[in-house]
Amino acid sequence: MSVIEAQGVSLTFQTADGPVHALKDVDLTIGKGEFVSFIGPSGCGKTTFLRTIAALETPTEGRIRVNSLDADAARRARAYGYVFQAPGLYPWRTISGNISLPLEIMGFSKTDRTDRIARVLDLVELSGFGGKFPWQLSGGMQQRASIARALAFDADILLMDEPFGALDEIVRDRLNAALLELWAKTGKTISFVTHSIPEAVYLSTKIVVMSPRPGRITRIIDSTLPHERPLEIRDTPEFIRIAQEVREGLREGHSYD
Amino acid sequence: MNRVVPVLTVLTALLLVWYVGAVALNAPWARDQASRAGDSLTLPALVHATMMQERPVLPAPHQVAKGVWDGVAGQKITSKRSLVWHAGITLSATLAGFAIGSLAGILLAVGIVHSRVMDLSVMPWAIASQTVPILAIAPMVIVVFASMGVTGLVPKAMIAAWLSFFPVLVGMVKGLRTPDRMQMDLMHSWNASGTQAFWRLRLPSAMPYLFASLKVAIAAALVGTIVGELPAGATAGLGARLLSGSYYGQTIQIWAALFAAAALAAALVAVVSGIERVTLRRMGLAR
Repeated sequence: MSVIEAQGVSLTFQTADGPVHALKDVDLTIGKGEFVSFIGPSGCGKTTFLRTIAALETPTEGRIRVNSLDADAARRARAYGYVFQAPGLYPWRTISGNISLPLEIMGFSKTDRTDRIARVLDLVELSGFGGKFPWQLSGGMQQRASIARALAFDADILLMDEPFGALDEIVRDRLNAALLELWAKTGKTISFVTHSIPEAVYLSTKIVVMSPRPGRITRIIDSTLPHERPLEIRDTPEFIRIAQEVREGLREGHSYD
Repeated sequence: MNRVVPVLTVLTALLLVWYVGAVALNAPWARDQASRAGDSLTLPALVHATMMQERPVLPAPHQVAKGVWDGVAGQKITSKRSLVWHAGITLSATLAGFAIGSLAGILLAVGIVHSRVMDLSVMPWAIASQTVPILAIAPMVIVVFASMGVTGLVPKAMIAAWLSFFPVLVGMVKGLRTPDRMQMDLMHSWNASGTQAFWRLRLPSAMPYLFASLKVAIAAALVGTIVGELPAGATAGLGARLLSGSYYGQTIQIWAALFAAAALAAALVAVVSGIERVTLRRMGLAR
């Protein structure tokens, strides 16, 4: 069953230097429970495409359906949680207070909020940190808190825009493993923007390779890796073969020029 | 301790400059008096004479100190000679004007941030209002209000509000606009209403900016009040004290009133800073 469906999506920004084709004829179907990574160089439209799914941008042509709804209707139905590169936690709220924020806006009751906060804090392994302020936590923990915030209101789609891009590689490895675990536990559909090939291969069931000018999809690679993925899987020939294929896809789009 | 030494050094240097200035500026009158009496003054006698005048060009620090002391402690608080009484009059108008001005500034800023029409129309007028010299406007405000039978606190408070709304307006517009695109996108993705985004995101983000501008605004309100007390007819307040001092050449009285005003301004800013510290700490914004 498809959760996200894009048909002939184009998005052109009118700028002072003329039109910029951020997306051109993008077709993509994402099924329920898939983990899809978007990879490509800067300017390939991967973030823009994620934003159009979230109805933060409106395509100039084509259409996007999310949960069989129009993208904006899906946004209003709170179909997804969005995680940005920066945690974006409010410094004047505790971690619990930050997770509570979307719940308050959506009108969940006080007891319901407390239960949900406890549950998602446990999911991202931050139990016991609810009373802390963001600045008392490390960057990786803050990003986990922001993932908890996106999970708190039971959206079945998680849109993540380079969520670990600002973190060092050691923390990143740990969070990648934790994210896979979380995905296995919750069965969410995840769209994940990255510019790291190993990250894309390690996490995804499907890798979408994109290229710039105009932003388009050059290759879609279905991962043959098993669902169970220890970190060591990255040294297997299978992993290296898929990474190779991603690299070829990037080369096809002249990404290395 | 290592903070006290530099402060004391600067203070001593200032006092020294002041004393030298007092001697230099008051000497002509002392020499004049002496020559009329047919005397000539030795240097120690000249210095001594410059410190003792009743209406010196520049009163010496100890004369001003004595003037302040007499005004504060030497009178009953209800006496018209009491600096405390005059400061109280000025304070009440300042606080009223500060409250009106800050509220107006905040409300205008909220309007500007939420309405494109207000953004384009209000700001130029607000800026223009501050380019008009307050000394020129103040007497007219007093006269207009007096013609309607309103005197005392209200017209002065209006002038104070005039000066204090502007820093609050500018600070609040900046503060309410600090949430970046990502923060607003998050709100949008949760389908938050404009009101929810205002109370939960914009207003808390603006608090540090609000307090910074409130400190400027309260000092400006005091200046506005004193200017409002200067036009003829004012009989109470630190401004009136300055004016009557200048009418009768009572330089010591002027300086005493000036110091009282400075102390009042410092106290007011300190109070706002105190509230700022407590609020921001409670919000987790101060580290």
